[in-house]
Amino acid sequence: MIEIKLTRKLFGANGEMNLSLDTIIQQGELVTIYGPSGAGKTSVLRMLAGLLKPDDGLIKFDGNVWFDSSKGIHRRPQLRNIGLVFQDYSLFPNMTVRGNLEFALQKGQSSGIVDDLLELTELQNLRDKKPATLSGGQKQRVALARALVRKPNLLLLDEPLSALDSVMQSKLQDYLLQVHEQFKLTTILVSHDISEVMKMSRRVLILENGRVEKDGAPGDVLPLDGFRQWERKS
Amino acid sequence: MLEFEPFYLTLKLALTTTIVLFIVGIPLAYWLAFNTSRWKVLPEAIVGLPLVLPPSVLGFYLLMAFSPENAVGKFLESYFDLRLVFTFPGLVIASVIYSLPFMIQPLQSGYSMVPVSLIETAYTLGKNRWTVLTRVLLPNMKAALISGFILSFAHTIGEFGIVLMVGGNIPHETRVISVVIYDEVQAMNYKQANIYSSILLIFSFLVLVSVYTVNRRMQKVHYQP
Repeated sequence: MIEIKLTRKLFGANGEMNLSLDTIIQQGELVTIYGPSGAGKTSVLRMLAGLLKPDDGLIKFDGNVWFDSSKGIHRRPQLRNIGLVFQDYSLFPNMTVRGNLEFALQKGQSSGIVDDLLELTELQNLRDKKPATLSGGQKQRVALARALVRKPNLLLLDEPLSALDSVMQSKLQDYLLQVHEQFKLTTILVSHDISEVMKMSRRVLILENGRVEKDGAPGDVLPLDGFRQWERKS
Repeated sequence: MLEFEPFYLTLKLALTTTIVLFIVGIPLAYWLAFNTSRWKVLPEAIVGLPLVLPPSVLGFYLLMAFSPENAVGKFLESYFDLRLVFTFPGLVIASVIYSLPFMIQPLQSGYSMVPVSLIETAYTLGKNRWTVLTRVLLPNMKAALISGFILSFAHTIGEFGIVLMVGGNIPHETRVISVVIYDEVQAMNYKQANIYSSILLIFSFLVLVSVYTVNRRMQKVHYQP
């Protein structure tokens, strides 16, 4: 279970904004964060990952305090055991596919998991290739597999599929659902694609101007009638 | 007759200086690239000083500092039995200071060109700063490392003013090629001076051609995620 209670002042293209989030995510849940660009979605993930320090608040994962402003606790990203997948893949260009996965191995961890993940994500034939020679979908599978090597407790996905075509998106959504189930992960997916939110999650937080406007099942809270209008605006 | 020892001394000085610059430059450029303190401009300006100062100014102050008459020189001589004026080690220290910006600036821009998301990804994979430096940053800034190496090496080979001030003109110790050329011209041996000069000219030209080739390749094979 993750308890999140945080605030942070952000400076973006639309000026100053106060990001504020107060929620609880249960173990094994797959929650999406949906909202227009600049709503603070990525900042939430970065704060959970430890890459951005909240101004105030508390982040607690399974009883372990990751951040507590009142006690001055801010655990480094290295100590949080999370998996983070960026939209731009962020593969290490100097390493092969296999090298990228092996880099994520922890001290004393068996390399068997690398082979298992290469098999799961159907990357065995590409294992000796460098990232620059791969397609977008292949790169994102490598990024996902690499994030799982550490057997993270929490998987954070920052619009991981938005740069891909719809066929590849659909295929990778299936992969994500499969690994979420198989690895018994708690997953937070940032997305601005309504169909993706509908397919992937049973709970969505709708973030607007740094605040959670709605929290519930996608079918209940998403602006399904007006979503085309919203997309045009954002 | 062409002497080979000044060539040997010049190459020895350039190589030693470049190796020391690598050891000093990798952590210093890292600090300058990633530090966000507003006081960073001070060390940045100090590192860049040799670009604007006449070598004789730097040489003069180093000569004063290294002199056994003064505190630093006296301390080094009495505690470490080390004399830096008119010796090869003194010349190396002076060259390191003089060529510092030629190592630091390519490395600093090399660090800055590696996407931040790669560094952050490595942190989320549990890696410490040392691992990020050796396995993510340095391997992805090879062109900057090569540029820093070549520029520092070539700049040291072309030194004259600071060599003369700190090293003097001592055969087998500090008499490098640029000093020999100066001597030959003073003695009106223009033919000899021409031979030494043309070797230095061709060498420097080849060095610059290789720097530009590396830079072109760096622009073409920029980071692809």
